[in-house]
Amino acid sequence: MDIAFIIETIVKIVVILLIFSALAGFGTYFERKVLAFMQRRLGPMHVGPYGLLQIAADGIKLFTKEDIIPQNVVKPIFKIAPVITAATAFMAAAAIPFWPQFTVMGYTVHPIVADINVGILYVLGVMAIGLYGPLLGGMASANKWSLISAARSAAIFISYEVITGLSLLAPLMMVGSLSLIDINNYQTGGIGHWIVWSQPVAFILFWIAAFAETGRTPFHLVANDHEIIDGFGTEYSGMRWGLFFIGEYANMFFISFVISIIFLGGFGDGTIAGAIQLILKVAFFFFFFLWTRAAWPDVRPDQLMWLCWKVLMPIAVLNVVVTGIVMMF
Amino acid sequence: MFEAIAFYLFAALTIVMFTITVMTSQALYAITAMAAGMIFISAFFFILGADFLGAIQIIVYTGAVMALYAFGMMFFDTTRNVIEKRTNPKIVFVLGILAAVMVVAIFVAPIVSNNIHALYPVEANVGNSQAVGMVLFSKYLVPFEVAAVMLLVAMIAGIVLAGKKMDKSLTLMADDQIALNHTSQESNHKGGGH
Repeated sequence: MDIAFIIETIVKIVVILLIFSALAGFGTYFERKVLAFMQRRLGPMHVGPYGLLQIAADGIKLFTKEDIIPQNVVKPIFKIAPVITAATAFMAAAAIPFWPQFTVMGYTVHPIVADINVGILYVLGVMAIGLYGPLLGGMASANKWSLISAARSAAIFISYEVITGLSLLAPLMMVGSLSLIDINNYQTGGIGHWIVWSQPVAFILFWIAAFAETGRTPFHLVANDHEIIDGFGTEYSGMRWGLFFIGEYANMFFISFVISIIFLGGFGDGTIAGAIQLILKVAFFFFFFLWTRAAWPDVRPDQLMWLCWKVLMPIAVLNVVVTGIVMMF
Repeated sequence: MFEAIAFYLFAALTIVMFTITVMTSQALYAITAMAAGMIFISAFFFILGADFLGAIQIIVYTGAVMALYAFGMMFFDTTRNVIEKRTNPKIVFVLGILAAVMVVAIFVAPIVSNNIHALYPVEANVGNSQAVGMVLFSKYLVPFEVAAVMLLVAMIAGIVLAGKKMDKSLTLMADDQIALNHTSQESNHKGGGH
C-alpha cells in the first residue's frame, strides 16, 4: 500500500461526502419545487433568485437551532441514532462506481472508493444498517409516536429486504458476479443489452422495494405526518433531525445509482456520453421519488405487509425460478 | 501495518461492545452494543480478504438483531433499566472467565501444534463468492441441504402456529363486527378467570 493510494482514497472519500451532503441540501429544494409545481404553487420564492438560497437559510437554521434532548430519553442511544442513519448512507457509497474511470494529467482515476468483488451485497447490507437510525431513535425517544414508528420501521425493512434480495438474485444469476463494475460491463453493448429488457419483473420489484428501503411516499409509514406526527423524528430538533434528513436524501441518490447501474446499463462503455447518461438516469429516478410523493397517497401498514408477502415475494421467487430454468436450457 | 492496526482496533471495539452487551442493565444498550459488535466482526472477514462472508455477516446479523429489537419492544419498556436478580455474582464471574479461557484454548490448540491443513486451497481466477459456492455445493452439500430443509420446516411450523386467525382482519371489519368478535372471544375466556 503506497502513499499515493491512501491520499487518493482520502480525496475520493472527501469529494463524495461533500458532493452528496450538498446534493442532499439541493434535494430538499428540488423536492419542494417539484411538489409545488405539481400542486400549482410556486414553492420557495423569497430567499434569493427563485428561492435558491432557501437551502442556505435552512442550513443556518438547522445548525444554530438548540439541540434539545428531552428528559426521559435514553441519552447515548438518542444522540447516536441520527449519526447512524447519515453515516451508513455514506458508507454504502464506498462500493458504488459513480462515474467511468477517466484520466487527469496522465493519472487514471477510478471514481469508486473500494472496488470489492461483492459490491452490491455490501451496498445493500450497509444500507440495511441505516434503518437502525429510525429504529433506535424511535425506541430511545420515550414517545409513543416514535415507538410506533420504530416498530413499523423494523417490520417494513425486514420484509422489504426479502424483496430486494430475491429480485436482485435473477439479474445476478445472469451476470455471474456481485461487483457493480462487472454488472455495468455486462451491459456495455448499448441500450439493447440493458438488463431491464431481460429482467423487467426484477426491475419493477427492486424499484418498488427501493421506495420501502428509503421510506419514500407510498411507503412513508415510518414518519407519516397525519397519524404519527414525525414518527422517530418527533423528539429531535436542530442538526440531529437534519442528519436524519441528509441520510434519507443521500440514500435516495445512492439507490438511484444502484438501480441505474444494475438495470439500466450504468455508465455504459465508459465514454463521456455514457457518464452523462448515468447522471440523467439517476436524475430521473430521483425525480420519480418526488413525483410519486405528489401523486400518490400513503398505503396502510397492513396493506404494505400484504403487498410484500402475498404479492411481491411470490412474484420474485417465480422470477428467480423462471430465470434459472431459462438459463439451464 | 494497516492490517495490524485495523485488527487490534476492531478486536478492541468488538470486545468492548460485547462487554457492554453482557454488563449493562439497560435493554436498549445491550441490543445496540450487540448489533455494533456483530458489525465490527465483519471487519475481520474483510481484513482476511473474505469479502463475501463479511457482507453476509453484516446482512444476516442486522436482520437477526432487528428481530431482537422487535422482541425488546414487546417485552420491555426499553427506556427503563431492567432489574436483574443476582444471587451469586462470583460464581457467574468465575464460570465466565473459565468459558472464555476454554474457547481460547480450543482455537489456539491446532495453531500451536501446527495441525491445520487447508483442504480447499485458494484458487486463482476464482472470486470470493464463487469459492464459497464451490465449497458449499461439494464438501458441505449435505449439511447445507439439511439446514435448508430445517429452515423450511421451521417456516411452515411458524405459519401454521401463527396463521390460525389470518383470515380475519380487524382493519377490514366494521365497528359492530369487531365488538361482536370481541364479546365472543370474552365468553370463550370466561372459564379461565379472565
